[in-house]
Amino acid sequence: MAEPLLELHALDVHYGAIHALRGISILVGQGEIVSLIGANGAGKTTTLRAVSGMLRPSAGQIRYEGAPIAGLKPHRLVARGLCHAPEGRGIFPNLTVRENLLLGAFLRRDAQGIARDMQKGFKLFPILEERAAQMAGTLSGGEQQMLSIARALMSRPRLLLLDEPSLGLAPTVVETIFTIVQEINKQGVTILLVEQNAHLALQIANHGYVLETGTVVQTGTGTELLRSPEIRKAYLGE
Amino acid sequence: MIDFLQRLVDGVSLGAIYALIALGYTMVYGVLQLINFAHGDVFMLGAMMGWYASSVWTSESRDPSIAGALAVTLFSMLVCATVGLLIERLAYRPLRGSPRLNALITAIGVSFFLEYGGQLLFGPNPRAFGVLPHRPSSVVAGISIGYVDLVTILTSVVLMIVLQRIVFHTRIGTAMRAVSWNPSVAALMGVNIDLVISFTFGLGSLLAAVAGILYASKYPSVHPLMGLMPGLKAFVAAVLGGIGNVPGAMLGGLLLGLAEQLVSGYTSSSWRDAVAFGILILILLVKPSGLLGRGAAEKV
Repeated sequence: MAEPLLELHALDVHYGAIHALRGISILVGQGEIVSLIGANGAGKTTTLRAVSGMLRPSAGQIRYEGAPIAGLKPHRLVARGLCHAPEGRGIFPNLTVRENLLLGAFLRRDAQGIARDMQKGFKLFPILEERAAQMAGTLSGGEQQMLSIARALMSRPRLLLLDEPSLGLAPTVVETIFTIVQEINKQGVTILLVEQNAHLALQIANHGYVLETGTVVQTGTGTELLRSPEIRKAYLGE
Repeated sequence: MIDFLQRLVDGVSLGAIYALIALGYTMVYGVLQLINFAHGDVFMLGAMMGWYASSVWTSESRDPSIAGALAVTLFSMLVCATVGLLIERLAYRPLRGSPRLNALITAIGVSFFLEYGGQLLFGPNPRAFGVLPHRPSSVVAGISIGYVDLVTILTSVVLMIVLQRIVFHTRIGTAMRAVSWNPSVAALMGVNIDLVISFTFGLGSLLAAVAGILYASKYPSVHPLMGLMPGLKAFVAAVLGGIGNVPGAMLGGLLLGLAEQLVSGYTSSSWRDAVAFGILILILLVKPSGLLGRGAAEKV
């Protein structure tokens, strides 16, 4: 396995009285795509939220680039190259597409670099360039998802947390988005992916983790998990 | 006709002051979903600080100069911005994440604190206020425009243009709009939420300070409870325009000022307040999101 970029060790998260994560341990190697799969409520999104600083874990450790980060505020982590594209797309419908993208580069000061990265984003998703001056709320679901990913890339992340990029999208759009996720990964961005679409998520993943009620019940390479009979039965509908 | 135009001018002048105060209400509501009922008292504090500064810096015998008025206003803005930041830091931030009612009650508490603290230090009696130089009214086509009204309208227009630029064309303004939509996603973009909220309180307090100086120059007096009524009126203006909406607060303030002046001009001035609060009731019944508000699903 590659040098770990992100390590979760025995992580516990509570929402009030609800014990959402129970001692989760996950490794994400430098340059990898790691997929978390599991049913609704298994703790996938909670895991991402704990990593990006939206939630404070009640126990356990999170190490990013070797340093502990649990409890740091999200904007501090963005500055360190850890970016979370939230589920439900999380774009700002009251801002234009361009303003959304610029917000992704909020902590950067290099105007030229920002302009270059915006062009890169437009190359990945040409539709966004056409709609640059439109309010983001007028975009279709697929376009909003593209905006969410393009916006996350504007921070030049080294680790990208992607939450349900396929949610509610037409199959062809999903394929486009997954192709681009792989492309982004090839350009050197490590990706921690949360997905309901287990088949696609495991296909592109170096490693996968299966979550059930807040614990990791199975782990392996993407291919291993795709071949596993339990996984096929529980998550791939066979 | 002249009569009508005269009342329009008076209404615009009063409305401009309401708008300046309403902007503070609406921006804070935008980022925190909090009605900062202490805002009217920050407006009072602006006038009071103007009174203190002018009593120290300018002599009674001489007419105040423009430069003196500017210096006094800047001082007052500085104090109000500091107080606005402190109110947020000490009173509201510890309550973030607790039910909204708690913050609302705290806001009323802060309001009382400023009002009665003001009575303690300043005394309960009104004092004469003279920060602006005395100049004759200008008469244009039979309509008389008082010097204070002229300064009020010009100052407000300039401030609102500047504010519009800040909110819609700067990095921090974009961050404010993002926070008003969804603070936790804004944080994921690298926006420091606390900083944006502090900035919003500071900005609103600056405008309230200027409004306080202008209002006190118009009437021309200052006392610790003077923020009560204009504060409530500005709140009505913010709701009328659509709470959380920056252009809405400007429009709401203007309309409310006009309505008040027209009503007191054509009927009786005792109807003025009734009309203002009648408008509040009406807008809450008919279109609670306000004239420019776009419903609960979308806010600026």
